[in-house]
Amino acid sequence: MMNSAAGPAVHADGLTVVRGGRTVVDGLSFEVPRSTVTGLLGPSGCGKTTLMRAIAGTQAKVTGTLDVLGHPAGAAPLRSRVGYVTQAASVYTDLTTRQNLEYFASVLGLPRAERRGQVERALADVDLTSHADALAGNLSGGQLSRVSLAVALLGSPELLVLDEPTVGLDPVLRRDLWGLFHRLAAERGTTLLVSSHVMDEADRCERLLLMRAGRLLADGTPDALRARTRTRSIEEAFLRLVDTARDGDGEGDKGGKNEKTDTEETR
Amino acid sequence: MSATRTLATARRVLRQLAHDPRTIALLLLVPVLLTVLLYYVYADDRELFDRIGASLLGIFPMITMFLVTSIATLRERTSGTLERLLSMPLGKADLILGYALAFGLLAVAQAALATGVTIWFLDLDFAGSPWLLLLIALLDALLGTALGLFVSAFAATEFQAVQFMPALILPQLLLCGLLTPRDTMQPVLEAVSNVLPLSYAVDGMNEVLRNSGVTGDLVRDIAIVAGSALLVLLLGAATLRRRTP
Repeated sequence: MMNSAAGPAVHADGLTVVRGGRTVVDGLSFEVPRSTVTGLLGPSGCGKTTLMRAIAGTQAKVTGTLDVLGHPAGAAPLRSRVGYVTQAASVYTDLTTRQNLEYFASVLGLPRAERRGQVERALADVDLTSHADALAGNLSGGQLSRVSLAVALLGSPELLVLDEPTVGLDPVLRRDLWGLFHRLAAERGTTLLVSSHVMDEADRCERLLLMRAGRLLADGTPDALRARTRTRSIEEAFLRLVDTARDGDGEGDKGGKNEKTDTEETR
Repeated sequence: MSATRTLATARRVLRQLAHDPRTIALLLLVPVLLTVLLYYVYADDRELFDRIGASLLGIFPMITMFLVTSIATLRERTSGTLERLLSMPLGKADLILGYALAFGLLAVAQAALATGVTIWFLDLDFAGSPWLLLLIALLDALLGTALGLFVSAFAATEFQAVQFMPALILPQLLLCGLLTPRDTMQPVLEAVSNVLPLSYAVDGMNEVLRNSGVTGDLVRDIAIVAGSALLVLLLGAATLRRRTP
């Protein structure tokens, strides 16, 4: 534990994932520092979910180096130290919120004496204490995804991998959840990797990984990204990086030029 | 494997069912009502009712538990809860034994009710112990649970899952000796019926019907049904993967 606590939470080198004969994640190399909120941004279908599944250890056909908390991703000791929340709420809709949490707390192997406290804390973290005894299937979509998040908070995992946890939520709830993410990092030392395809969530992260078509476009703080690309928003920075990557590939075709012009006009 | 996690899983499955009283009512009452119906269908042939009634006591648990388990585990697979559980420190055996325990318990309640009604109200005339009938019904239910778990891996939708019922269970039903005694069947069909587990469940039920003690044939039948259930449970465990494409 002491040894593994020293390195980054996630270390990837030449990480490649093949799905259905197609390379979905293509030779990624990056690190996620401990106790930070790192955003994984990119358009739908760029490989964010596959990358997150690889880190959570549920993705098959992963090659290259991928170390999580000092172990190869998916190793048995990580199963209680990494919390993974999928886009769809993975909870039992025919159980109440509390029954869901109680079951997953037992599965995580939390000692019986701690279970109740852990369940109550997770409920409070996601602000669902008042819905603890409601059937999960009767909750709204946003509430259901918070039940799924609460399950991942049980047992205070060191790394939380959250796949688009704020998509489709109202602005107040989104602000509250980002507040929770930063509290977890600051107060409990949790490392969070949060994906989103909404670029305006970028500024809520301390660090960003920008992805497109299975490749990493950029890795750094939001400010550094804007400074490097001489843009004002992450969305512009993203577009600028896409264009640069295309020009670099020698693919400065008509479509690419058009897109570049669009970017100029937006500015 | 861990007892805490197995028991927690069984408890969770039962809690899910507790939120669905209609399913519980259907599971418990349908076998009873069908047996009563059979009683009136064969009102003037008591001997035939005894034979078919005893066979049905072995067939109901397998069919109902097959359906319930295949849908329940298919839902686990499609809702993402299975992926979540397998990313946690849950052993595959914990999950499978948890399901077997919960549905086994339900099968005991179902079989107790059906057996009780058949013996005391419909006067099914049998020589052996009702406990042996219950034991065979339980093993049969576990076989149904095991088969349901196994086929759910090959079903992408609920439509496919329920279609596996006629595909896997009906041939066993036709060949198990319920319609024609197995030893009078065409030799090829008899040979096929000899390798189908439901045949031994029905044979076992008929052994209990005819004999007051525990016969060697009964022990063999029980061992074969239990062994098949265990084998298919292991096959079901092999379909659970922590990493998926």
